[in-house]
Amino acid sequence: MTTAGTGALPASSLAPAATPRPVTFSVAVRDVAGITGRNLRRIVRTPQLMLFSSVQPVMFVLLFRYVFGGAIHAPNGNYADYLMPGIFVQTALFGGASTSVGLAQDLGGGIIDRFRSLPMARSAVLAGRTIADLVRNLGVVVLMVVVGLLVGFRFHGSVVTDIGGLLLVLAMGYAFSWVFAAVGLAVKDPETAQVAGFLPLFPLIFASSAFVPVSTMPAWLRDFADVQPVSVTVDAVRALVEGGPVEHWLWQSLVWIAGILVVFFVLAVRLYRKA
Amino acid sequence: MIEASGITKRFGSTLALDGVDLSVGAGTVVGLLGPNGAGKTTLVRILATLLPPDGGRASVAGFDVVRDAVSLRSMIGLAGQFAAVDEILTGRENLELVGLLYHLGKKERRRRAQEVLERLTLADAGDRQVRTYSGGMRRRLDLGASLVGRPPVLILDEPTTGLDPATRIDLWQFIADLVAEGTTLLLTTQYLEEADRLADRIVVIDHGHVIAEGTSAELKATLGRDLLEVTVTDADRLGDAARLVADLGHADPVLDPAKRLVSVASGGGAATVVEAARRLAEAGVSLDDIGLRRPSLDDVFLTLTGHGAGDEAPPTGPGELVLGATEGSYR
Repeated sequence: MTTAGTGALPASSLAPAATPRPVTFSVAVRDVAGITGRNLRRIVRTPQLMLFSSVQPVMFVLLFRYVFGGAIHAPNGNYADYLMPGIFVQTALFGGASTSVGLAQDLGGGIIDRFRSLPMARSAVLAGRTIADLVRNLGVVVLMVVVGLLVGFRFHGSVVTDIGGLLLVLAMGYAFSWVFAAVGLAVKDPETAQVAGFLPLFPLIFASSAFVPVSTMPAWLRDFADVQPVSVTVDAVRALVEGGPVEHWLWQSLVWIAGILVVFFVLAVRLYRKA
Repeated sequence: MIEASGITKRFGSTLALDGVDLSVGAGTVVGLLGPNGAGKTTLVRILATLLPPDGGRASVAGFDVVRDAVSLRSMIGLAGQFAAVDEILTGRENLELVGLLYHLGKKERRRRAQEVLERLTLADAGDRQVRTYSGGMRRRLDLGASLVGRPPVLILDEPTTGLDPATRIDLWQFIADLVAEGTTLLLTTQYLEEADRLADRIVVIDHGHVIAEGTSAELKATLGRDLLEVTVTDADRLGDAARLVADLGHADPVLDPAKRLVSVASGGGAATVVEAARRLAEAGVSLDDIGLRRPSLDDVFLTLTGHGAGDEAPPTGPGELVLGATEGSYR
């Protein structure tokens, strides 16, 4: 190794780096950390994207709190308290859409090919992407808490349940990152990924207990809204941060999150292998 | 270093590769030459473990592309047709990320990133975001990324496509330097000049078949003899010139009045040029140019495939493209 200044070596004097070594768990963790770091840098270096993706949920807060809120009868009377858990979940799910766009961009730009030709853990590309979005979601949820406090939302649970509620929001967002990963890998085109990613979100978020009590919906829609993942998660978060019986919603929410994670993890990994 | 035999790959109803054999010896350069859609990139993707073959076997540095894919990846560096670097990151960050994914230590990553930046004359731009780079700089960085792991085998897929001529020549020089240090290189290209300049051996591929292979000189030799070319100053003397040089060739002279050019296939080498010049001077025919032209790889490609190297492959079957001239090297 005396050839400083040269990029490649004769085959007869292979550098240690060119010696094959198996991908162990600790190596995989480093790969995931590397890819996560890359994606976080991308987020930090595009502040305009960060700004506009934060403005949107703030608009939703103002719209529902001050425009529709007066007409919506919240079960415990305070609509800000009712609304904000729904906003938290909505924001976390929308945040995952950047996973589908980002993966589709990486596929088109050829950088996924580069990663796949390197002796790295293959799982790291998807894991690094979804974990970076989890970190970003953490920031966005904190921002939403601040906005919520400004419009009259208050925590009423214990410290443990309040934090538990926010962690549940992040867990739900993370599970949906894998849905978006599968969408991005399936459609392969950033613009299509953007649209296709939001499509399933609208019925899930609006036909749910996020903004209005489901009791006002027609029976057929209520049957769907009562059991779907966004409703049970929003209700679980509400119970955690506002106080109240938690178990009923919490276990349903956790089952949904686990189910979505398993199904879409397998699907995304399969699509990535074929991509 | 690279061995492939009977590789086939099908996409839907399209047979992209139909039994391709390829062998690249350690420290040598093989140029994979073919038009768009010939199957070059598909073969490269199979050798780089990005795509499994449907049939046949292939290995790089002794590692099978299917069974030993993980080990194989640490032996190769791949640079593609599209600059696969992250635009938001700086050049240095891109290289250090690749180093990390080769599992180099932090110090070593930094050292090699700096080394590669200097080597590819990107040191001044190393801390700028890649989106501010020119096309040529991106391509250099992409090539640099494939060097960070110091792999013994480099696979470059059309490394200079879309670059301006000056940048292309720079990049050729970098590649030639790497080869001089002993790197084994498989290079795909649609530029005959590129294959001619960089490759020890050239494999011509079209419609998923290898249609010819050999050194550049061997491929040109399949076309036959040199051409004696005479350009006269006065178009009226073209006929006289043709008559004077006719018996120097093995075939009838070909006249191109628009270019005032007479060409005749000749086997006599430089002596033929001297003799032709003497006769024309004695007859008082003044000349703009006289010389021997060796057939270019373009001529070879046209003869082998019936279409130019840069053209899309016409929708004809591969069989009719194999001409008599390729018999010696057809596999």
